[in-house]
Amino acid sequence: MAILETQELTYTYSVGTPFEKTAVDHVSLSIDEGEMVGVMGHTGSGKSTLIQHFNGLLRPTSGKVLLDGKDIWEDKDRIRDVRFKVGLVFQYPEYQIFEETVFKDIAFGPKNMGLDEAEIKRRVLATAHDIGLPEELLERSPFELSGGQKRRVAIAGVMAMEPRVLILDEPTAGLDPAGRDKILEHIKRYHERTKNTILIVSHSMEDIASFADKILVMSRAKLFCYDETVKVFARADEISEIGLDVPQITRVFGELRRRGLDFGKEVFTVGYARDLLLRQLNERKVR
Amino acid sequence: MENIIEIKGLHFAYEPDEEGKEPVEVLKGIDLDIKQGEFVAVLGHNGCGKSTLAKHLNAILLPTEGTVTVDGIDTKDADKLFELRQRAGMVFQNPDNQIVSSIVEEDVAFALENLGVPYEEMRRRVDESLRAVGMYEYRMHSPSQLSGGQKQRVAIAGIIAMQPKCIILDEPTAMLDPQGRKEVLATIHRMNREQGITIVLITHYMDEAADCDRVVVMDKGKVVLDNVPEKVFSQVEKLKAIGLDVPQVTELVWELRKAGCDISPEIISEEECVAAIEKLFAD
Amino acid sequence: MLKDITIGQYFPGNSIIHRLDPRFKIVITLIYIIMLFSGGNYICLAVGAAFTFGAILLSRIPVKMFWKSVKPLLPFLVITAVLNLLLMSSGEVLWKWKFLRITEDGLNTSLFMVIRIVLLIMGTSLLTYTTSPITLTDAIERLLSPLRKVKFPVHELAMMMSIALRFIPTLIEETDKIMSAQKARGAEIDTGSFATRAKNLISILVPLFISAFRRADELATAMECRCYHGGEGRTRLRQLKSAPRDYIALAVTVLFLVGVIVLGKLV
Repeated sequence: MAILETQELTYTYSVGTPFEKTAVDHVSLSIDEGEMVGVMGHTGSGKSTLIQHFNGLLRPTSGKVLLDGKDIWEDKDRIRDVRFKVGLVFQYPEYQIFEETVFKDIAFGPKNMGLDEAEIKRRVLATAHDIGLPEELLERSPFELSGGQKRRVAIAGVMAMEPRVLILDEPTAGLDPAGRDKILEHIKRYHERTKNTILIVSHSMEDIASFADKILVMSRAKLFCYDETVKVFARADEISEIGLDVPQITRVFGELRRRGLDFGKEVFTVGYARDLLLRQLNERKVR
Repeated sequence: MENIIEIKGLHFAYEPDEEGKEPVEVLKGIDLDIKQGEFVAVLGHNGCGKSTLAKHLNAILLPTEGTVTVDGIDTKDADKLFELRQRAGMVFQNPDNQIVSSIVEEDVAFALENLGVPYEEMRRRVDESLRAVGMYEYRMHSPSQLSGGQKQRVAIAGIIAMQPKCIILDEPTAMLDPQGRKEVLATIHRMNREQGITIVLITHYMDEAADCDRVVVMDKGKVVLDNVPEKVFSQVEKLKAIGLDVPQVTELVWELRKAGCDISPEIISEEECVAAIEKLFAD
Repeated sequence: MLKDITIGQYFPGNSIIHRLDPRFKIVITLIYIIMLFSGGNYICLAVGAAFTFGAILLSRIPVKMFWKSVKPLLPFLVITAVLNLLLMSSGEVLWKWKFLRITEDGLNTSLFMVIRIVLLIMGTSLLTYTTSPITLTDAIERLLSPLRKVKFPVHELAMMMSIALRFIPTLIEETDKIMSAQKARGAEIDTGSFATRAKNLISILVPLFISAFRRADELATAMECRCYHGGEGRTRLRQLKSAPRDYIALAVTVLFLVGVIVLGKLV
C-alpha cells in the first residue's frame, strides 16, 4: 500500500525574480508503507526541497503530494496534522534543542499535538529507549550532553510524535564512525519495532547500502530513479556519471568484471563480498 | 629531514568547572615528531583528544606538562606568539565561523592586515593564495554566496597568505558534502606537494587518512598507532575496537584472511584489492 | 521566506556615484543635509531637489527604488504634516470648522517640511544604495580615525560593525532553518493565537542565541589564530584613493550649498 505519493510535483523558488530556479521538476513517485528508503543526490539536486514537501513545510508550485491517498493541501488548515504524521528531522538537528531538560525537549512535539500528560510521558520514555538514551539522562539539561547524545535527543523529539513516516536528513553528518553506527543501529531498531516507513537522506553510499530496501536518487531537480537497492547499485556506472559515489566495494567488483572476473551478482557490502568470494573459491577447489 | 613539530611528554588537563573537582586529563603523555614536508593524518574518534592536540600546535592551548616546539619556537614563548601562528596556521571545522569579512579577498588578507604587511606585498600574496586554492574568480564574492567547500578553500587561502611552514586542519571536511570534501582534500594535497607545506590533518574519516604519508591514531589521550597507512589499516581489529573504520577493501581482505585465504593484509586501495582478488582466482 | 529579504539596500553598479570615494560620499551627504536645512524658501528647496534628482540620474538607479525608501515613513510624514497644519495659527485662515482651522502659514510649513524630509530620505538613501555596507563602515572608520587620539575605540566599533554585517546572512539562514525544524515539531509560528506564537518564539530564540554564542566563540579563536590583536599597526587591503572626480563632486556640492544660502538671503 502506498503511504506517500507525489504526482508531477514541481517547486520553483523565487518565481518572477531573476533568481527563479526550479528545485523539483515533475517528480512522481510512490512510497509503500513500512519501507526503509535511502535518499541520495548531491547538494542542489533537489532532495532537500523534495523532502520538505512530504510534510507540508513547502507547498508545491504545481502537482500534488498525497498522504494515504489524500492531497495534503486539500484543507490547508489541517496541514499541522500532516506534520505530525510525517516527521521530519533536519540536518544537525541538535541545533533546534531549546528546553531545560531532555524530557521536556522530547515532549515538545507531543505537547504541540495536544496529548495528555500520561500519553506524553509514555511516548518520551518509549522513544528515549528506542534511540538509546538512558532514563537518568532525561532530567539532565540537553546542553550538557555529548554531540552524539544531543543528536539522539533531537531525533527522539520527532520520533515521539509517532509519525507514520519518519524522514531524516543526513542524521549522521559530522559524527565519528562509532556515533554514526550507533544512530543507524537505533533507527533500524525503531524501524523493526514500529514497522513505520523511514526515509534517510545520506551522502554515504556505504551507509545506504547497509540499511536501505529501496533507494531514491535525485539529480538536477529530477527523479533519477526510485528502485530496490540491488537494482540501483546495478547502475553503478550511471550513478558515478551523475557525480555520486558508489561504495568502494561495488567499484572493486565492477573493475573485476571489466577484467573478465564476473561473479554475476551486484556487490555492495563487505559481508556479502566475502561470502560470495569464499563460495566461488570453494567451488573452484571442488572442480 | 628536519623536524618541524616536536612534542615531548605532553600532558594536558582542563581546569575543573567547580572547585574541589579533579582536573580532567585529556592528553596523557604524547611524544610525536613531525618532519618538514610530511603529510600526517591524526585519526581518532570524538573525544580522543585529537582536537586538543591540534590546539597545542599553535598555542591556543598550552601544555600542563611537557613541551611543544614548532619550527624551533616553544609554544610557551609569549614573545614569539605571532611568529609561531604565522608558521603554523590553523583551519577549523565550521567553514562559517572562521570567515571574518564579507568579501572573500579581504578575508584572505585578514592575517596580513593584522601583521601590518605593506599594501603591495599584501596584494600580491592575497592574489597568489587565492589562485593557489582556485578561488581567484570569487575574490569579490560574499562568503554567503559560496558552498561549504569553497568557504573552506577561502579559509585555507587565508592561512597560505601568511606563508606558513605548516598547516593544521581540525576536521576541515566534517561539515561538507562529498563534493566539498574532494575539493578541500585536493587543495591541501596540492599545497603539500607543490609548496612543501607540512600538513597535519585531524580527521575521523579513514579514507582521508589512507592517502597520507603517515597516520597517527589516537585513543583516550594517547597515541596508539603511528605508521604508514598500509601498516596502520592492516590492524583492523585494533581500529574497530577503538571505534574507527577501515577502508572497505582492507576489511574485505582481512575477512578473507580470517577465512584462510592467502592474501596480503596491507591493502588500502581499490587497485591493490582488484589485483589481489585476481591473483587469488588465478592460482 | 526570510531568505528573500535583502539586507542593506545596496544596488551594485558602476556609475560615477558608485565609484566616488566613500569618505567623500559621506562628507557630501552631510553637506547635503546642511543644504536642505539652510534654505528657508521654496526656491532653495527647488535647488536642493535639482541636486537630489541630478545625483539620482547619475547613479542610474530607478527613481521608484527611492519611492520604496520613502514609503515606510509615510505614516510619520502624514502625522507630522497634519499636526503642523492644525497647530499653526498665524496667517490668513483658509478653512475653519469648530475649533479646527487651517491657515496659509500652516499649509506652507507642512508642505515645506514634507518636501524637505522626502528629499532628505532620498539623498541619504542614495548613499546607502550606491555604497556597500562594508565600504561604508570602512569609510566611517577612516573618517573617525582622528578620534583615536582621544581613546575613542574607532577600530573596535568598525570591526564589530563589519562582523555583524558578515554574519547577518548566516543568522538569517539559520533562523529559517530553526523555524522549519520547530514547525516540523508542530510549533505554530505563523498561525495560531498570539499567546501560542509568542511562546513558540522561545523555541526559536533559544537555539538561535546558543548558536550565535558558539559562533562568536569559534570566530574569536579563528581570529586569534590569524594574529588579530586590535587595531594597532594594522595595514589594509582595501585602499581608499581619492580621484579628481571626488574633489569635483565635493566642489559642486559646496557650490550648491553656497547657492542655497545666498538664495535664502536674497529672496
